Amino acid sequence: MMATSYNAKEEDGHRSGPSITAGVSTDRSKKPDNTAFKQQRLPAWQPILTAGTVLPAFFAIGVIFIPIGIGLYVTSNNIKEFEIDYTGVDTYSPCFNCSQSYSWNSTKPCTCVVSFSLDQAFEGNVFMYYGLSNFYQNHRRYVKSRDDRQLNGDMSALTDPSKECEPYRKNVKPIAPCGAIANSLFNDTLELNYIFLNGTQVQIPLSKKGIAWWTDKHVKFRNPGGNNSNLLPVFQDTTKPINWAKPVYELDITDPDNNGFINEDFIVWMRTAALPTFRKLYRIIQKNSMMTPTLPRGNYTLHITYNYPVRSFDGRKRMILSTISWMGGKNPFLGIAYITVGSICFFLGVVLFIIHQKYGNRSKGAEIPS
Amino acid sequence: MLRWIRQQLGFDPPHQSDTRTVYIANRFPQHGHYVPQKFADNRIISSKYTIWNFVPKNLFEQFRRIANFYFLIIFLVQLMIDTPTSPVTSGLPLFFVITVTAIKQGYEDWLRHKADNEVNGAPVFVVRSGSLVQTRSKNIRVGDIVRVAKDETFPADLVLLSSDRAEGTCHITTASLDGETNLKTHIAVPETAKSQSVSRLEALQAVVECQQPEADLYRFVGRITVTEQGEEIVRPLGPENLLLRGARLKNTKEIYGVAVYTGMESKMALNYKCKSQKRSAVEKSMNTFLIIYLGILLFEAILSTILKYAWQAENKWDEPFYNQKTEQEKNSSQILKFISDFLAFLVLYNFIIPISLYVTVEMQKFLGSFFIGWDLDLYHEESDQKAQVNTSDLNEELGQVEYVFTDKTGTLTENEMQFRECSINGIKYQEINGKLVPEGMTDDFPDGSVPHLSGEEELFLKAVSLCHTVQISYDQTDSPPTTFPYANGVSAQMEYYASSPDEKALVEATKRYKLLHVLEFDANRRRMSVILQTPSGEKMLFTKGAESSVLPYTKSGEIEKTRLHVDEFALKGLRTLVVGCRRFSTQEYEEVDRRLHEARTALQQREDRLTEVFAFIERDLELLGATGVEDKLQEKVQETIEALRLAGIKVWVLTGDKHETAVSVSLSCGHFHRTMNILELVQQKSDNEIKEDHVIQHGLVVDGSSLSLALREHEKLFMEVCRNCSAVLCCRMAPLQKAKVVRLLKTSPEKPITLAVGDGANDVSMIQEAHVGIGIMGKEGRQAVRNSDYAIARFKFLAKLLLVHGHFYYIRIATLVQYFFYKNVCFITPQFLYQFFCLFSQQTLYDSVYLTLYNICFTSLPILVYSLFEQLVHPHVLQSKPALYRDISKNSLLSFKTFLYWTLLGFCHAFIFFFGSYILMGEDTSLMGNGQVDKLFHSVTLLAFSFIFPFSSLSPCCACLQILKANRQLMFGNWTFGTLVFTVMVITVTLKLALETHFWTWMNHFVTWGSIAFYFIFSLFYGGIIWPFLHTQDMYFVFVQLLSSGSAWFAIIIIVLTCLFPDVIKKVLYRHLQPTSTQKSQASPPLQTSGGGVLGTQGCYRLVVVHHRKLLRLSGRPDQHVSNIPSLLTAWLHMQRLHTPGPTALCHLLWLTGIPVHIYTCFQCSSLSENDPYQETVIETYQGLSCVESLCCLSEGERGCGRLGQLVERVMGHCDPGRVSRSWSDPDPFYSNDRSVLTLSPVEATHC
Repeated sequence: MMATSYNAKEEDGHRSGPSITAGVSTDRSKKPDNTAFKQQRLPAWQPILTAGTVLPAFFAIGVIFIPIGIGLYVTSNNIKEFEIDYTGVDTYSPCFNCSQSYSWNSTKPCTCVVSFSLDQAFEGNVFMYYGLSNFYQNHRRYVKSRDDRQLNGDMSALTDPSKECEPYRKNVKPIAPCGAIANSLFNDTLELNYIFLNGTQVQIPLSKKGIAWWTDKHVKFRNPGGNNSNLLPVFQDTTKPINWAKPVYELDITDPDNNGFINEDFIVWMRTAALPTFRKLYRIIQKNSMMTPTLPRGNYTLHITYNYPVRSFDGRKRMILSTISWMGGKNPFLGIAYITVGSICFFLGVVLFIIHQKYGNRSKGAEIPS
Repeated sequence: MLRWIRQQLGFDPPHQSDTRTVYIANRFPQHGHYVPQKFADNRIISSKYTIWNFVPKNLFEQFRRIANFYFLIIFLVQLMIDTPTSPVTSGLPLFFVITVTAIKQGYEDWLRHKADNEVNGAPVFVVRSGSLVQTRSKNIRVGDIVRVAKDETFPADLVLLSSDRAEGTCHITTASLDGETNLKTHIAVPETAKSQSVSRLEALQAVVECQQPEADLYRFVGRITVTEQGEEIVRPLGPENLLLRGARLKNTKEIYGVAVYTGMESKMALNYKCKSQKRSAVEKSMNTFLIIYLGILLFEAILSTILKYAWQAENKWDEPFYNQKTEQEKNSSQILKFISDFLAFLVLYNFIIPISLYVTVEMQKFLGSFFIGWDLDLYHEESDQKAQVNTSDLNEELGQVEYVFTDKTGTLTENEMQFRECSINGIKYQEINGKLVPEGMTDDFPDGSVPHLSGEEELFLKAVSLCHTVQISYDQTDSPPTTFPYANGVSAQMEYYASSPDEKALVEATKRYKLLHVLEFDANRRRMSVILQTPSGEKMLFTKGAESSVLPYTKSGEIEKTRLHVDEFALKGLRTLVVGCRRFSTQEYEEVDRRLHEARTALQQREDRLTEVFAFIERDLELLGATGVEDKLQEKVQETIEALRLAGIKVWVLTGDKHETAVSVSLSCGHFHRTMNILELVQQKSDNEIKEDHVIQHGLVVDGSSLSLALREHEKLFMEVCRNCSAVLCCRMAPLQKAKVVRLLKTSPEKPITLAVGDGANDVSMIQEAHVGIGIMGKEGRQAVRNSDYAIARFKFLAKLLLVHGHFYYIRIATLVQYFFYKNVCFITPQFLYQFFCLFSQQTLYDSVYLTLYNICFTSLPILVYSLFEQLVHPHVLQSKPALYRDISKNSLLSFKTFLYWTLLGFCHAFIFFFGSYILMGEDTSLMGNGQVDKLFHSVTLLAFSFIFPFSSLSPCCACLQILKANRQLMFGNWTFGTLVFTVMVITVTLKLALETHFWTWMNHFVTWGSIAFYFIFSLFYGGIIWPFLHTQDMYFVFVQLLSSGSAWFAIIIIVLTCLFPDVIKKVLYRHLQPTSTQKSQASPPLQTSGGGVLGTQGCYRLVVVHHRKLLRLSGRPDQHVSNIPSLLTAWLHMQRLHTPGPTALCHLLWLTGIPVHIYTCFQCSSLSENDPYQETVIETYQGLSCVESLCCLSEGERGCGRLGQLVERVMGHCDPGRVSRSWSDPDPFYSNDRSVLTLSPVEATHC
């Protein structure tokens, strides 16, 4: 700044010398441009929130939201859902014994059978979930304990997993898949039997295809080497996660496209839940081609191979059966929210209308006496 | 400073003396023990950085700012400990902020370098080895003999050796140093004065000894030792021998001088001090808010840490079997873990402190301040001056001013003096048509009959024409003749330079008197004298000065009458000077001469002794008379002061003028009203009671001496009185007193924001003291302008600067600050809430990339554009209704209440985002995709994808298709949950700003919708790729999956609406139930349907023509006047220098044209401006015409109205009352500048 003060042009207020004045006429005028931008008068829309302007919006919201809300609510109520807790906390529950034995990967599996009955028939595709409570999949140490490069089939990451996987990184040999998430893979097996009135049981076919995100299964998760049929050599330098009973390449030996890292149960598990109480898709019961409902009302038995210990952290395990609607799963809140907001908007619209009228009258009234 | 450091470091010899010895032309003594002294070179360095030290020094400077330092600490913490977010999340924004600021500062420094180089590289002539050598300014060394030619500035502090005049005098002007435009005479000692050529200078053997550099411009003590023929002659040197760097040589062809102080040691450089940083009230509240937010942050972090330990006390939560700790975590000490947990939470929540706030504010200020310079309304055509912004830091402070302190002369007035009246020997004379006429006589002298001058008259005129410091400059013949007329109308061949403009007006020519002594003017004596030898050999003293400083010393003459006349002049608002004389006898003169010489040559206490001698000389005066010089008021001063007052700003006039002059100017400029009760506190030499009485409007007049008394002993009482006065006038103020008054008010308990306006060097202290300093680009140099924060050409521009620009800037920046805090609360609170659901494990809710980009990409531009372009009310409305200024006074938009509102709003919204998503996510089921009804959304997504990945592998498209086909419920997981919250947040926060925006230019639309669109496109892109360099792929296809769910869309819509609609309700209710005057003036609300808008000139003009035609046709008259209108309009606009005339102004014009029908057009323009442009169509259908007569009631235009009314009634035959009410705005409580133009008459309104 200081140096500019030497500037001859602005040295004193009045131009004194004729030599300077001669230059004045050639000086360009300092007059600012008369443009809309510089004069701050760009064309602009100037909305003002008054009762008059928001009234239609409020009525419109009311009119649109209430039907949507009712629609959502009805849809949600039409969804049938059945939930059963099979943790086995109570002594009389069938799985009590299993839950007592703290076995994670014992060779002799503990099985228990829980029977239940459906009051209503489930139609269309029925989705079968397992639900866990008090299980903090969203714990930071847990969430980051994975190696996406390893899961994406990166050979170098397979043998040298990310440090984030500690303490589930190496068990002498590198662990594949490494990390706490993979290590705690849900390993109960659930099977569903329908009991006919005559007492005969029939196992309901459960489909395990398409329970994971398509992108996860086909892009994000890949077996190393790219060859799904013969995984043993690829994984030979690695070891199975500590808690697992069998290595990753034996997760589903019946289907090479569902084995190894691209096992769908595994992929589903690897997508960590947002909240400590969550459910994950386990199986899909495909709609029958026949006219009969997918799950007719009646009695069922749930056959559980009980492996997954949850008692140590006061956890609960549930099995959930649910149908689906166009808007997703059962959630009455969305419908309620829409109905509530719509009604409030409508009500406020009325209030505003009254205010608007009153205000309008007042301004007219102010004018008449003058 | 440098020297001090060097001394401390021991570079300088410890025996550094108090004087420096300069060997002229560096001819060092051949013999003897000579210790070479080191002097600074003549390089001026105002730049802060060099290329080499820019990076470290700039970083250091930037990290001294507390917010940047805070983020640096956070960044370092992230680097050191295991934190939930990667260091990039805070490092990248910090880097961005630092880079932007560094670029800005680097650019500014580059400009300084350029200016420095220009100065340092300026060519100068130096005498070296017997010849004149051209070199660069920076090469001048101490001891060099420098030649300076006429109108050049001195490149260093020089001791004058010789000039082209035999007596060794030269004239300089120091306008750039102290603002004084008069010519000062400097002299060389006689021994060197004769060395007028290079060759003779070569022979000069002299040594200058002088003090070490000091900042005082007017002090210089030294001596010169000239060796002449082996004989040493010692002469004293004083300020009159020193030519200061920055001053300019005038009237003298060339001089030679020896450089004594160079470069940074020159007095000018020493005087340059960094302007103390003024901080605006907004910045202060911003810092308070930051501290509050820091408190919230610490509270949240501590709470989270404590809760973490409370909840994780049990092992089953802390370390369940599925989630074991590593060895390292197990082994680390408890305290260390605690601290690291606390720091981790700190890092997690640190985004609550808006990192980009400072950089956005800085950018807003920097870019926004251009609008002031660009404003045509602040451009003064005559002087070709536009408004100038010296500090952009204070823009918003312009909207907060409560007190305006204004100088009078040159600020309220033109500072163009014209001689009006004088009083000679008790008789008053007036100047009429260039002749001096005694009072009572008219200008009926026949031409040519020169009235005989009485002895007193002659003496008076002599005194007036002799007692001055005016210099006449005869133009050099070699310069081309010019026709440029000088200010007082004297031809260009003669130029007058005077120390004050008063004098210039008084002087016509000088005579053949011999000037013996000049007793210069100074502010303490307030008078000046000359001692002359008349042609008859008589020695006389002429004194002139302020009446208070001359009259006491008079002993003869018509003292009483003159005093009366002086008061009379003053009442007319004239500036007065009293003139006296004294005749010396020979002995008296000898004594005077001797004492003066002694005092002048004294080496010690020269000033004190001079004062003493002056007092001795200037006494026993014979009063000759007094002069009255008029200083015209600037245009529109009255309106401006009135507008400021209506805006709730108190105007104080601080002037050095005498009481009566000041009061009369105050009255004439509307500062005082005739109806005001004027309290006077003048001539208080002793301690008296100051009484207070209870008249509604007080005006207070205080003079300098009374003021200092009042300030000393009755500060509180005085302030109390002042605050109750609507106008205060302080006269007889010394410059420092002005600053003192400002400081007094500034520090009073209410801490009002003060603004000082001035044009002269004497206002600088006041300008620097006030919160906002405004310089008027007047005639008294540029000192005030240079020290001001803003400079304008005329006082009247102050109204627009404050009422419009100040208002805009304040609203813009206040909303900017509040919004920044709001959006960061919204941002980080869900993250805090999420901790309750993840065992306080510091799991982030959002992905790192989102954390990083939220503030710098997704939400930064709309607020920046808002803060540059927002106009809550149209500028014309702001200007015509100054009362709107009160709405924003006292920092109201940044009050604690509004801050609390925004913060709570942020928290509420955050809760709705989080729990809304929480409920809708449920146990991860309800948002599950189905893919049947959502086909629409899917195809949109697919389309977007094919745009983003036109050439890349098909896999993402494939994926999309697969998702489309998916007909199943999928589980979403934590990242989808976070993305849902984030999506809702980005949309809500952007729309919240949209709700705040009242001025939607295309840019607002672009950035608002663009930001949301950018977020979506970015998310699709970011989630669409397996990023090779990231080790987690958490976000892969998360966003697409989210959008593929129908209920997610429903959820987003409902959450955004739930957040915003209470806000809308609140706004509407407040507007209707408790409208602020700003809101009232935005539009007439009752029947407003589609927003207000003001027609530009074009629109109005078109309307004028179109409707004029129509009406003429309607009335069955020929199309007669239409062709006139365009030219009229243009001419008038040109005349008024209006570029965007207000509608009322346009009406005024039309009314002036005298066409009755124009009233209709008036109505259209004015009603349109207050309502919406769409009404144009309505009016075109003539629906509104029926009520025209009720509106077009110009107070003087009833004739036209009536006729129009009849016409309209005949045409329409009915009137819709609704229309009337629309066109009627609320009973306008505001003052309007144009009130005389268009007055709505209630009687006419009942016409319908």
